Amino acid sequence: MRAPRVIRSAVRPKRLSRWTAAVPLALALAVGAAACGAAPTPAGPGSGSAPPAAGARTLTVFAAASLTGAFTELGRTFEAAHPGTTVRFNFGSSATLAQQIVQGAPADVFAAASPATMKTVTDASLAGEPAVFARNKLQIAVPAGNPAGIDELKDLADARVKVALCAAQVPCGAAAVKALDAAGLTVTPVTLEQDVKATLTKAALGEVDAALVYATDVLASGGKVRGIAFPEADEAINDYPVAALSGAPAGDLARRFVDLVLSQRGGDVLTRAGFEAP
Amino acid sequence: MTTSPTPVRGRARGPEPAGVPGRPPWPLLVPALAGIAFLVLPLAGLLVRAPWSTLPQRLAEPQVLQALRLSLVTATVATGVCLLLGVPLAWLLARTDFPGRRLLRALITVPLVLPPVVGGVALLLVLGRRGLVGQWLESAFGISLPFTTAGVVVAEAFVAMPFLVISVEGALRAADPRFEEAAATLGASRWTVFRRVTLPLIAPGVLAGAVLCWARALGEFGATITFAGNFPGSTQTMPLAVYLALETDPEAAVVLSLVLLAVSVLILAGLRERWVNRVGG
Repeated sequence: MRAPRVIRSAVRPKRLSRWTAAVPLALALAVGAAACGAAPTPAGPGSGSAPPAAGARTLTVFAAASLTGAFTELGRTFEAAHPGTTVRFNFGSSATLAQQIVQGAPADVFAAASPATMKTVTDASLAGEPAVFARNKLQIAVPAGNPAGIDELKDLADARVKVALCAAQVPCGAAAVKALDAAGLTVTPVTLEQDVKATLTKAALGEVDAALVYATDVLASGGKVRGIAFPEADEAINDYPVAALSGAPAGDLARRFVDLVLSQRGGDVLTRAGFEAP
Repeated sequence: MTTSPTPVRGRARGPEPAGVPGRPPWPLLVPALAGIAFLVLPLAGLLVRAPWSTLPQRLAEPQVLQALRLSLVTATVATGVCLLLGVPLAWLLARTDFPGRRLLRALITVPLVLPPVVGGVALLLVLGRRGLVGQWLESAFGISLPFTTAGVVVAEAFVAMPFLVISVEGALRAADPRFEEAAATLGASRWTVFRRVTLPLIAPGVLAGAVLCWARALGEFGATITFAGNFPGSTQTMPLAVYLALETDPEAAVVLSLVLLAVSVLILAGLRERWVNRVGG
């Protein structure tokens, strides 16, 4: 099937072959033009400080993946309160987001899942004073039916129980280490996942008998896992800081968004998503 | 029969690039140079940012060697699995006719299109502890693939096999069928024809496919971490180690990436050298 097609195109008239040779060039130009056109839009130094270009403004918020639900709702609230404003989110691992900001990504607000990742940004003098707006506590997530009969944290130390933890390099993993240390337990997990959602997935699919994830993740799983609170979680509470970035293209909007996150209304949305007030 | 592959090899692997003599035309040269810059500059970026002064002690960390060894072993075994299953599959697609063949070929390229993380989830749904096949594997044989080194091989093979199948199928279609026909008229069975004529004929294609397949398996991240998890020594391959290093220590991630790159380039270049020498005489 394929071979005859190749032969046919090889004997096509010369004009066409010259034309096709130019296609990659045109493509390269188009890509280049697109890249040039796209880059300045969010980064555009004028978009924030210049006289308002009649409405249409964009606020770019970089936020930890665990904030996806709550912040999407807050974004809609913000858009309703500021007609003509669009809130764009970049959700991801806090450490990755911090790296992106340090490397010059055009962001207005940064909400991190740990003070350590926020520190990466404040150390580079790229953000104002961060404020803690929420706290997140670990829970044991067990798959539907709780096949291994987990009741408390020390059940995870049983060698027959398959446990998924976050890797110590990411905030949920650091918290898990702290909680297990506080309980004086040694747990050998079968996997150290790269983020909390991946850890949750392993429990939701029943591949592990238990996982340590945040209370918010248990809530967000919509009943696929059951959460078991445990007292040692109090030793490993995660603070979520937020800050407007100093180079914010939409500086005034950034401060107003941070105010919304810290307000009573913002707190209500976060509480509903499973966060605790700071 | 034994000499038949020689002219084909000579044609495909001649020492001089075939074609019309003369300067390369600019509509080809300019995009080609742009392509080189596009592919090579990010590598240069890694080299520039590498923390050369602390490189030796970073490399001496046991976790690095452990991850590197695991990567090389799993990628090689995965390539073996792909060869064992992929070459016959490519033959089936190229040399036989059956209803639904075009659909099958489209389905085989699915792992290329699927985001690897989704591929990993799909593997869990089939081979996981509660998966369609996995629960049976566990109850009947006590085999559980997730979180094991075998699971890494499965994830890598799943993602890398299309590269091999497509390369080999292309080689089969490009191979001159007259050699196979001649062998058949001389009384060789279809299996003998495949073994003694077809396979030597398409060897360059198989090797190219295997190299692509190995390289893809070596760099595999999404399906591996989703299906096999991440545990140092058993399932943490280099790309997983790089990703996690990136969370806390970007410099370490650069070092790990460079190690992976250097080792793979050395192996691929060495392999090519040996292979070309053996064929060329």
